[in-house]
Formats: sequence, structure tokens, C-alpha cells
Amino acid sequence: MTEPTVRLVNISKSFGEVKSLENVNFEVYPGEVVGLLGDNGAGKSTLIKIITGYHQPDPGGEIYFHGKKVENLTVPKARALGVETVYQEKALADDQSVWRNIFMGREIANRLGFLDIKQMRAVTQRLMTEHMGFTSKAVNPDTPVRTMSGGERQGIAITRALYFEAELIILDEPTMALSLSETRKVLDFIANIPKAGKAGIFIDHNIFHVYPVVDRIVVLDRGRVAGEFRKADVSLEELIDRLYQVARTGRLEAARGGKA
Amino acid sequence: MTAERVSTVAKPGRSPFTLWLRTHALQIGITIVAIGIWAIFAIGSPQTFFRGNIYQAFMSTTPFFGIMALWLTLVVITGEIDLSFPSIMTISMWVFATVMMATGNLAVALVLMLLMGLSAGMLNGIIITKVGVPSLVVTIGTSFFWRGMVKVLTGGTGTSLLPMRDTIFYELFVGRLFGFIPMQMVWMALFAILCWVLLNRHRLGAHIYLTGDNADSARLMGVDVDRTKIIVFGLAGFSAAFAGLVASLEVTYYWPTLGEGYLLNTLSSVFLGGTSVFGGTGTIYGTFVASFIIGAINAGIVAIGMSGFWTELIYGLIIVLSVVTQTIVGRRIK
Repeated sequence: MTEPTVRLVNISKSFGEVKSLENVNFEVYPGEVVGLLGDNGAGKSTLIKIITGYHQPDPGGEIYFHGKKVENLTVPKARALGVETVYQEKALADDQSVWRNIFMGREIANRLGFLDIKQMRAVTQRLMTEHMGFTSKAVNPDTPVRTMSGGERQGIAITRALYFEAELIILDEPTMALSLSETRKVLDFIANIPKAGKAGIFIDHNIFHVYPVVDRIVVLDRGRVAGEFRKADVSLEELIDRLYQVARTGRLEAARGGKA
Repeated sequence: MTAERVSTVAKPGRSPFTLWLRTHALQIGITIVAIGIWAIFAIGSPQTFFRGNIYQAFMSTTPFFGIMALWLTLVVITGEIDLSFPSIMTISMWVFATVMMATGNLAVALVLMLLMGLSAGMLNGIIITKVGVPSLVVTIGTSFFWRGMVKVLTGGTGTSLLPMRDTIFYELFVGRLFGFIPMQMVWMALFAILCWVLLNRHRLGAHIYLTGDNADSARLMGVDVDRTKIIVFGLAGFSAAFAGLVASLEVTYYWPTLGEGYLLNTLSSVFLGGTSVFGGTGTIYGTFVASFIIGAINAGIVAIGMSGFWTELIYGLIIVLSVVTQTIVGRRIK
């Protein structure tokens, strides 16, 4: 059996008095997309921020990448391990150029820290024509992203995650503030993640977006894993019923979907 | 009309040239303002403005706050503000004067002075980032603290820097290059180049812009926002110490009141230069040109025959008009 791309064991996270996550076990395997569902405050964001190294879990929790335990995970460490995240639209620096956004936090530089702007521009130009569908010469790597549409900006955020050879792509409500056709593009992109042998985690409030493109669904409620299904075992209608039930009772009576 | 334009179609009228104009609008604007002001002075008093002396005077006095304004630009681009640099100037210079008197070793005095400035600046940065107090509040506090400390330590008495007069240091910092260009101007030009390179060609600069533009996102993408801020505050403190030395050497005397009167000149150079108070945008070129506008107004007003009492009124007018124009133009081109 292949090792999961990422495995969280017994993860808890408290912020002061508030327990945001409690003893969560969670894993994602190569070639699958996991949908993470749950109400506001269920702990979805905290969970992914632990995987991306932004938050450190409380003592006792363990994080494994490809079966190897990782201590003191930080954002740069997680990115080096192949974790890439597409945040909501506001994740770009508006007044900065496209290339500065693409290479945010991971600028190409020499040992003294001087930037290789020529290369970053060239890579950005190539990504823009090949992956983002910019054809006009007027939009170039130096264009500030503020002047672009919501879809163009989300394209930048997704391309940013893809370019760096991601092993695990996390999408945190990537369809917020997008038009219908732009949302379509994002969902197509997510559906393609498993074909490339990579792993994905997809967070969204909209179950109709999540259900079609994922292989497995994990439901969080008040910091705990309330349930887990393989998509093959549950229809969309059943899933919706059960989510209502979770919202009311915090529990999911259903059969715990088989682990992969 | 709206449905078709959502995705990847470029908006019309964005040729590379207009794009260049848009991204450089503020630099072009400040250049026009500078030329305009120069033209007014030159017409008003050709006998002054077509001779070299006045420019030597500008190059001698502007760097006292101009050097500071360059480094302060980095702080403002991160979205923060530093009001404590005039006090850091005087506490650092006190260290210099005291060590010089005690040991007679100028090199040691110089190093300790710069270290004092650097640590006072980094202390600002650490309180701002690690404790989470807004920079406006922190630097008002440290400003009183350092100036107060100087008052306690000196009792208000200054120190003569005459022992430095015949040393290499004097020539190095405030001598005259080729008998004409004040060395402080050379330093300001060097710092301008250094700041420009750091800001535009170095990872630190990239992180400075990202921090000021969208700190949350920068953090999520692995930029060490706290470290970036501590570094820029440290650099601001370092340059305050340097500027304090230059200003004191020019008059070969350390006054405990050193730095008083530089606060508004420096801040207005940064903002007149087009750096946004909200962070994320700003240029070294803008600050450089703006410091000379600020530095020239005083002398220019007197030269064209107006009373010196007009100076501040005209400062105010130019600053308000410029930032209003910048904001309006900035909104239209976005």
C-alpha cells in the first residue's frame, strides 16, 4: 500500500481557551482529492494551516509526509515538501506585478539574496501564455494584479501553486467571488489533480461544487472529525441529509466510509 | 458587456507604453513638480539659480534629513511609520561624543554609535511585531524615551567635536569632494543607490513590498513578515545614527537637541515622493527628488525676495496639493 502524501495523527490545536481542533486524524493519498466540509468554525482552516506549516499543532500531534515524521513544520518547510495552497482571491498582493505574486515568498535569488528578475519574468511570461491563457501583449509579467478581473487573479493564484511541482494542492474556497464560467475552470482544474498522480484537499461551503470533483469527503464539526465517506458509497442527496444531521446533532450516524 | 470580459481578454488601450506611464506615473509626477518649482525660482531669481553656490548649499543641508528619508521610505512601504528617528539621532550621537571623549578612539566611537542606532531601531521593530503595538504608538513612546534619556545624561550640555576636525573622518563625512560637492551629498547618493538596489533587486525589498501590500497573504506564502519589519526598523535606526553624525560634524558640535526639526521635513519627503501611507507602494526615486524639493523651498523663497515667514505656508501648500493630485491620479489610472 502506498504511503499517504500527508498523514495527521492525533492533532489538536488550541488558541488560548478555544479548542479549535481535537484529536483529529486525517490523511490524503496520492491520486485522490479529499473534500473538507464543515460549518464556519468547524476547524477546516485551522486544519489546513497546520498542514501548510502556518500553525503548529499542540504537543502530542504528529505529522507525516510520505510516511516520514516531520517536526516543527513551517511554511517554507511545507512548501519544500510540495504543499501548495490556493487561498481565496484576497491572497494576492494587489499593487505588485504578476511575477512578484507568482514568486511570492519564494523569489529566485542568488546566495546573497539578489533577485534573478530576468528569469522570474521569463517564467511568468511562459506561465501566462501557456497556463493562464493571456494572449494580449498589453498584459505582461509587470502588470499590477489590481488591474485584473477576479478570474484572472484566481488564475494567478492557481498557477502559483502549480508551477512549483506540488505534491499536495490545497484549495481554500477557491471559487469565492468567481463568475460561473470561472468557477467551472477551477473545478476542471481540481478534477485533473488525481490524473497527474497528485493529491488535493478542497474546501468549500458549496457541496454542489465539492461533490463532483472529489474522491472522499471528510466532515469536520466543532474541531472533530464527524464523519468520512468515499464518494462511491454515498449519493449527493444522502450526503446533504447527513450534513444537516451533523449540523443539528454534531454526529453522523452513517457508516464510517472505508479507509482507502 | 460585462459577461464577455470576465476572463482573459485584455482591457483596451493598454499598450506597453501606457502601461509604463501608469506604473511610473508618480515618479513622472514628482519630476514635473520639481522642474516646475525650479522654473519658478529660476525666473524669480536668475542671479541665484544660475550659479553654483545655491546648489552647493542644497547639497550640504538636504542630506541631513534626506538620508533619513530614504531609509524611512522602506519602513513606510511595509505599512509602518517611525517617529522616533530624531531621538535615535541624538542618543546615538551622545554615544559617539561620550566614547570619543572617554577613549579618543574615533573608530570605536563610530561603530558604537551605529550599533546604538541599529539596536534602538530594532527595539522599535521587536515591540511592534512581537508585542503587537502599532508603530505610531511605539515610536512616539521610544521617541520621548531616547530624547528624555539624552536630557538626563547631558543635562542639556553639548560636546564640541573639534578633535575630529583634522581627522580623515571629517573629510570622509562632511568634506568637499573636488572642493565643491559636499561629502554628505555623496553619501546620500550612495544610500539612494543602495536603497534602490535593496528594494528592487533584492529579496528583502520583495518582502518589504509584499509585507506592506498584504501581510496576511505574505505570511501564508512563507514571507517572514516580522523579521522583515524588524530589519527595516533596524536600518532606519542605523541611518538615523549616520545622519546625526553628519549633521553634527557639519557644525563640529553635538547638541543634545540634535534631530529636532527634522521630523516633518523627513516625513514630508517620503509622502511627497509618492510613497503610500497604507504601504505596498513607494519609490526611492520619489523620495530622493522630494527631499530636494523640500530642501530647496526654504532657500528659494528667500532668494526670490519673499520673506522667510512664507516657507512653511508654501511647504504646506505644495505637500497638500501634491498628495491630493497623487491620490486622484492614482485612482484614475487603476
